[in-house]
Amino acid sequence: MMLTDFSIAEARDALRAKKVSARELTAAHLDAVAALNPRLNAFITVTPELAERQAEAADAAIASGTAGALAGIPLAIKDLFCTEGVRTTAGSRILGNFVPPYESTVSANLLRDGAVFLGKANLDEFAMGSSNMTSAFGAVENPWKRRDSDAALVPGGSSGGSAAAVSARMAMGATGTDTGGSIRQPAAFCGLAGIKPSYGRCSRWGVVAFASSLDQPGPFARSVRDCAILLGSMAGFDAKDSTSVGMAVPDYEAACRRGVRGLRIGVPREYRNDNMPEEIEKLWQQGLAWLRDAGAEIVDVSLPHTKYGLATYYIVAPAEASSNLARYDGVRFGLRAGDGDLTDIYERTRAAGFGAEVKRRIMIGTYVLSAGYYDAYYLRAQKVRALILKDFSDAFTQVDALLTPTAPSAAFAQGEKMDDPVAMYLNDIFTVPASMAGVPAMSVPAGLSAQGLPLGLQVIGRPYDEETVFAVSQVIEDSAAFSARPAVIAGGRA
Amino acid sequence: MSYSIEGSTGTWEIVCGLEVHAQVISKSKLFSGAATDFGAEPNTQVSLVDAAFPGMLPVLNRECVAQAVRTGLGLNAQINLVSRFDRKNYFYADLPSGYQISQFAHPIVGKGEVEIELADGSTRQIGVTRLHLEQDAGKSLHDQDPARSFIDLNRCGVALMEIVSEPDIRSPEEAGAYLRKLRTVLRYLGTCDGNMDEGSMRADVNVSVRHAGEGFRTRCEVKNVNSIRFVMQAIEAEAKRQVEVWESGGEVHQETRLFDPARNETRSMRSKEDAHDYRYFPDPDLLPLVLEDAWVEELRTTLPELPDAKRSRFMREYGLPVYDSGVLVAEQSVAEFYETVARGRDARLAANWVIGDFFAALNRTGKTIETSPVSAASLGGLLDLIADNTINGRIAKDVFEAMVETGASALKIVEERGLRQVTDTGAIDDAVEKVFHAHPDKLAEYKAGKEKLFGFFVGQVMKAMAGKGNPALVNEAIKKRLVGG
Repeated sequence: MMLTDFSIAEARDALRAKKVSARELTAAHLDAVAALNPRLNAFITVTPELAERQAEAADAAIASGTAGALAGIPLAIKDLFCTEGVRTTAGSRILGNFVPPYESTVSANLLRDGAVFLGKANLDEFAMGSSNMTSAFGAVENPWKRRDSDAALVPGGSSGGSAAAVSARMAMGATGTDTGGSIRQPAAFCGLAGIKPSYGRCSRWGVVAFASSLDQPGPFARSVRDCAILLGSMAGFDAKDSTSVGMAVPDYEAACRRGVRGLRIGVPREYRNDNMPEEIEKLWQQGLAWLRDAGAEIVDVSLPHTKYGLATYYIVAPAEASSNLARYDGVRFGLRAGDGDLTDIYERTRAAGFGAEVKRRIMIGTYVLSAGYYDAYYLRAQKVRALILKDFSDAFTQVDALLTPTAPSAAFAQGEKMDDPVAMYLNDIFTVPASMAGVPAMSVPAGLSAQGLPLGLQVIGRPYDEETVFAVSQVIEDSAAFSARPAVIAGGRA
Repeated sequence: MSYSIEGSTGTWEIVCGLEVHAQVISKSKLFSGAATDFGAEPNTQVSLVDAAFPGMLPVLNRECVAQAVRTGLGLNAQINLVSRFDRKNYFYADLPSGYQISQFAHPIVGKGEVEIELADGSTRQIGVTRLHLEQDAGKSLHDQDPARSFIDLNRCGVALMEIVSEPDIRSPEEAGAYLRKLRTVLRYLGTCDGNMDEGSMRADVNVSVRHAGEGFRTRCEVKNVNSIRFVMQAIEAEAKRQVEVWESGGEVHQETRLFDPARNETRSMRSKEDAHDYRYFPDPDLLPLVLEDAWVEELRTTLPELPDAKRSRFMREYGLPVYDSGVLVAEQSVAEFYETVARGRDARLAANWVIGDFFAALNRTGKTIETSPVSAASLGGLLDLIADNTINGRIAKDVFEAMVETGASALKIVEERGLRQVTDTGAIDDAVEKVFHAHPDKLAEYKAGKEKLFGFFVGQVMKAMAGKGNPALVNEAIKKRLVGG
């Protein structure tokens, strides 16, 4: 078995048993990055020297018995997390060569536990996108291929680089952020497990903001258990984030083994629609059957406001973004264009620095907040959002978790849906409601499409009940026994 | 006392409301840990949060909230147990995040009131609409370089309380009285130093005019007036301008104006059409601010005695007239000084000394109550010497001047200069005898009925005794001698 095929749990055991060193593990992954990144473009910045230093430190810690939970585990960090001394771009030109003098809380937590950072993963600009096509640093290619086609597919987005890196075995795990599906959809497209924790579980401090009331960091990995291990390090109360929750972090890894016997699993009827491809519907039914076989009771539930989820999301998220992105003005950091008066600097900097999708969302957001439109759009969206949350609260009085598809299709080709923003936004139709409600949701690979591409199922849990989400997801993973590998993979065909 | 402007079409009254921005006294800023000291080197008190670096988040400063609640309680206002922070969005170089965090829809403090006192002794209640917390912006310096502007972010993010009055103010005098009273209350509470020179208190002035009995006419806002005198002048100038506009057949348009003290006029800054669309919305980085009733009550118990209550007590406890009480409570330090002097002594005499000779001495020497060479205890010592007849009131004035000059105690000065008053009736009788002997003509006139010459004799006797005679005994001795022959 190649070192790059190890799961995090396996690597952790092998490192402790001194069967492998952190330096070897890191070197194997850096080799994979060197071999595959020129093609996949999963990393914007690779930090080999830093990774080697961190690996050395991990070996020393293991030798002295002081190693943390993630000592020597090589990870990719979405380039939305500020990393001290390492360029952080948010996938945008406007940040120029911004090098933060601070480390985000989540990445600092990972470093505290001994993780090795291989570099900064590509993403849609400011996390706005579902394809990773909006990055100023170029598209990311999905390591998976359709049968009999070499067409470059998207890895999903916005955390597309993170997903591609873990899928192609360039990293054992990765951080992502999820605002409306930005972890779950790429996880599904790349055959990975990925969880968006409850809003407030992971600190947003040091994460470049897109939509503050929705943004939530979370992990990608190739197994549910590995995600549990990563989230255990990433999560925790942070006094620097006022929306962070002051709850202890449970033992997520242990929760994976709980099983589903006696649990009630809800099937939200509003997630079923006439346009749903048959293979997605089949996969969904299969997932329910697996859970039933494992001892869960399947219950039909209703989330009546689901149909407003996407429209509401595309008011709230751009509104917040339009305000959050005002700080990129060319005055204090990042790109500066124009040399006239202040207005000239603002206009030229932002015209040159932001891509089309970001500009589109800033304009939408500015519009929905402006005088005369606020009540009709933003205020109404907030009311609908409260109803969506109530849908989930009501459902969770009857069931312990919900099962839905993660995305309405498998990965699509680069260039597809690019001329129709609304078609692109529809990717998020199943993921957005959980974001609006702030509840935890995880995508687990559950099967392949007819074209041989991975498909994911989504497990949605009660607020702060990631444990049940992990338990249910683990049963699906075990039942699916997903063993397919992407076409582009470390040590494989490049 | 009513104030009005006589125009060609009749009498106009002023309608005015004030928005006061009061900088909160706190060690660190409203949402960051950076320091708030005034006068530091530019850009030395700026955190990454203040400079709006990517991924930085605001964390509310509990002390600033406590200060706002204290102020609300001090203004007899309603404390809103649930309030919320909103973003006010606009681009400017001294606003790094592109939005100011403020409380637009749900302020922390609701309706309250301020009692003002006018020169004629009358009082009025001025309503307070609301008080909310918000961030200050940085400072743009346009005069440092011919081509460039400089930005100082030290002030950026410092907590402000915006205190909005009802349009209850009807004259420049009332506006001045309101601001002075508000400043006194804030200083008593220790929530704002009220220092308008340093910009820690600034006022936006809303003015309109109307004929008596009319509804409100269009108002204009005069921005950022930074002294009480300028506020009063600005109201007068703006009201006169509006009267002229209305009376010449024009219409006052809602706009923001600036006051130019040098020319005593207001100038248009921007019209309503150019007004920003601030796109207020709840700040998603901050949860609603929820206060516990018990915490508010705890703060209430720590409030100092406020000026109105103190003034009433001074009238009741010390038997002082309303005016004197008002003067003594205007500053907490003066009230404390007075009470130290008055405690266990003649309280009215103490008030006369503090308001009279003591204030005059401070004025003359340019000292403040904190740097005064005469402490409350030592002024009390002087009063004790009067009370126990060691010195008389006339000599006390000289002793006090010597105390101001030297900082020495009254007793020391009296002893060193031999100023004890003479109560030896023999010595007094001798002095009387000498005076009568020296002025036989006056004595004759007195006896012929010119009784007001009594004062002349007292003056001469005191003069002969170098002012040290006990006045009562001197009077008595003169009377006795006159009656006796």
